[in-house]
Amino acid sequence: MGKLRLTFVKEGRAVYLSHLDLLRTFQRVFLRQGLVLRHSQGYHPHPIISFALPLPVGQASDCEVLDFEVTEDLTGAGLAEDLNRFMPDGIRALDCRPPVHPVRDLAELRCRVELLYDGGVPAGAAEAVNALLTGESLVIQKRTKRKALADVDIRPMLHSLEMEEAPEALVLTATVAAQDPGLNPALLARAVETYLPGLAPDFVRVRRLAFLDRDGKNFR
Amino acid sequence: MDKRLERILPRVQKPARYVGGEYNEVRKDPREVDFRFAFCFPDTYEIGMSNLGYRILYGILNDMPGVWCQRAFAPWGDMEEEMRAAGIPLYALESGDPVRDFDIIGFSVGYEMAYTAILNMLDLAGVPLRGEDRPGLTPLVIAGGTAMYNAEPVADFIDMALIGEGEDLLPEVVNLCRRAKAEGWDKPRLLRAAAQIQGVYVPSLYDVAYNSDGTIAAITPRDGAPAKVVKRVVHDMDKAYYPAKTIVPSTEIVHDRVTLEVFRGCIRGCRFCQAGYVYRPVRCRSKDLLVQYGQEAVADSGYQEMTLSSLSTSDYPDLVALCDGLEPLCERDHVNLSLPSLRADNFSMELMQRLQKGRKAGLTFAPEAGTQRLRDAINKNLTEEDLHQSLRTAFSGGWNAVKLYFMLGLPTETDEDVLAIAEMANHVMHTWREYASNKSRGVRITVSTSWFVPKPFTAFQWEPQISREEYERRVKLLREAITAKAVTYNWHDGDTSFLEAVLARGDRRLGRVLERVHQKGGRLDAWSDYFSLDRWMEAFAECGIDPAFYANRERAREEILPWSTISCYVSDDYLWRQRELAYQSVTTPDCRTRCSGCGANVVEGGECYRG
Repeated sequence: MGKLRLTFVKEGRAVYLSHLDLLRTFQRVFLRQGLVLRHSQGYHPHPIISFALPLPVGQASDCEVLDFEVTEDLTGAGLAEDLNRFMPDGIRALDCRPPVHPVRDLAELRCRVELLYDGGVPAGAAEAVNALLTGESLVIQKRTKRKALADVDIRPMLHSLEMEEAPEALVLTATVAAQDPGLNPALLARAVETYLPGLAPDFVRVRRLAFLDRDGKNFR
Repeated sequence: MDKRLERILPRVQKPARYVGGEYNEVRKDPREVDFRFAFCFPDTYEIGMSNLGYRILYGILNDMPGVWCQRAFAPWGDMEEEMRAAGIPLYALESGDPVRDFDIIGFSVGYEMAYTAILNMLDLAGVPLRGEDRPGLTPLVIAGGTAMYNAEPVADFIDMALIGEGEDLLPEVVNLCRRAKAEGWDKPRLLRAAAQIQGVYVPSLYDVAYNSDGTIAAITPRDGAPAKVVKRVVHDMDKAYYPAKTIVPSTEIVHDRVTLEVFRGCIRGCRFCQAGYVYRPVRCRSKDLLVQYGQEAVADSGYQEMTLSSLSTSDYPDLVALCDGLEPLCERDHVNLSLPSLRADNFSMELMQRLQKGRKAGLTFAPEAGTQRLRDAINKNLTEEDLHQSLRTAFSGGWNAVKLYFMLGLPTETDEDVLAIAEMANHVMHTWREYASNKSRGVRITVSTSWFVPKPFTAFQWEPQISREEYERRVKLLREAITAKAVTYNWHDGDTSFLEAVLARGDRRLGRVLERVHQKGGRLDAWSDYFSLDRWMEAFAECGIDPAFYANRERAREEILPWSTISCYVSDDYLWRQRELAYQSVTTPDCRTRCSGCGANVVEGGECYRG
């Protein structure tokens, strides 16, 4: 019985696939490849596969993690390349090996948030955004699981922030809490829209760069 | 990806349907492509991608070197608004290129309610709606599919209609257009040449004259166009293309599974059924080939659902052997096999029981009419005894939900026929009481009625649709007759059925109405979210057209019908004879029992039922 962990990229046209779409897609990718997954027991058996941290629709990622179980003992060597023959556009497996850490050890997320300004980055924007995001607290309204709006201070979930100015974009590279509770990096842009309406970007692009474990090393 | 598109996608529902990129999507190097075909489906992605014919033609066209067939679907309202606001024209999913830059814009049209979506997609593409306003050779706008057997309502908008099955015809048309493009022909020359291909109908080459009472006086072909455009058929289903390797959508569609088409045509000859007449003759695919296709398609796609498709799957001669052949595949790869379109006979029930694994979902039967007399009149050769025999098997086998489908307003229907539907439902309940293996779960019986729409190329093509008041009276009559608590009655909303009756047998004067409806905002009329009868009624009034002329008028035998230029091989004389038999409640045997001389046998040289 082998547990395996697949890391993969989700980008381009594939960023619009929902969590359910992705689940269905991977089930079929494994079947195309001929890999036999371990199934749950019960009346409606389903393959045991799970994503470490579901990715919001519209965001890209270089570091998605999918855990699954196979019926034979496999190291996963060569599997990533093999699976790539059966993927839709925009999904690319990078690596497959037995998991080292349990998913609960996935502590932080490195990400890039691009604030795009079609007319060029407004003067003073970098300083103002930096001051906003690195202040004492950063309270924004967030929808809770019960669908009600609640005020949440997201500042403690932002662990590090770097900023770079491109011709038409302010590029934030951040490390944020991954779970319990985690921060959706898109909320950093939301904070800018809320508190600095004059600096509201024309569009926001989010990309996950890496998952980190509790020691700040790459999550494996 | 287009920057403007990237900005609007996060704001629309289900953006995955607007980006393409699915597994098996066909990508080609533009430098090796000399001809591009934008294959448009006038409905949403979820509907269009569920259509087997669409997948077949996508595969065939893309197998042609130098030709790149790409897909476009009707966007949902939110996406359309965003596209219009951002100035994004209708684009093809494969390349993202605007549809207006393609050589051919081809529509697959299965039903009349899609007409406004055709107009809206052309408009969204930035292409003039009327053929006369598109003087250039490209883009050429063509359409095919079952609804195009009467293309007259859209005659002003399309340059050609392709009649019948497209497997052979569409590549011929594409190759002619490539030649025209290479040799620099003008559009009139291309259209004249295309009209010489069997199955191509060029509406602009036919002049229609009208009598003072609004009926057609004459349809006159010009420039050598044929007096009769004869449909095309695939002769040998074993040689016909099957899309074993086909696009697997990443997002959920309506029919998200492998579809094995077991045969084309139908031996039954139900007198109301357009598909039953226009797809003649029956042509089967051999069982071994189907098993092979099933294996290939499952292995390639990763699907775990498979369905056998045809107009009446119990009539496939080797059905048991086919299921036997597919069984190892189903066992090994955990593939669920479903068989829709089964007849309510014992044989089918046994098969159902064998295939049914796990939960026993509902069963659906379509007796269509409540009395044997009316079922005989419409040639639905199903006896109540067949039905009850099946139900006895089903109920004792553990099923406890039954859906029964009927039509109201069939020719010769009386109140007695309507009330018999309620009796039938009661009878079903009694059968359940007597035979149910587990009564504690109760039974759910659903009776659904639709409003009969007379269609071209059927025995009832001359019939009026009953009036709306009369339809509603019959619904009320039935509603009051259904008293049992276990029986739920659903009836079809009349607005769409009335409009279908207008459009199905419409002529080209309806083009103006379609244009008006589109101007008023009509776009996805097949969806109740967007359909508005008021919009249509206003448009009829503004164009001075009485919809009842098309829906509720009985046609005389001698009347020139708008679709009389088209032949599906089945002769008008035959259809008229069938109509007369309907009035006598005399049935016609199925094609396997005895040939009744409909005319389709000329396709196979005098003997059309084989196998």
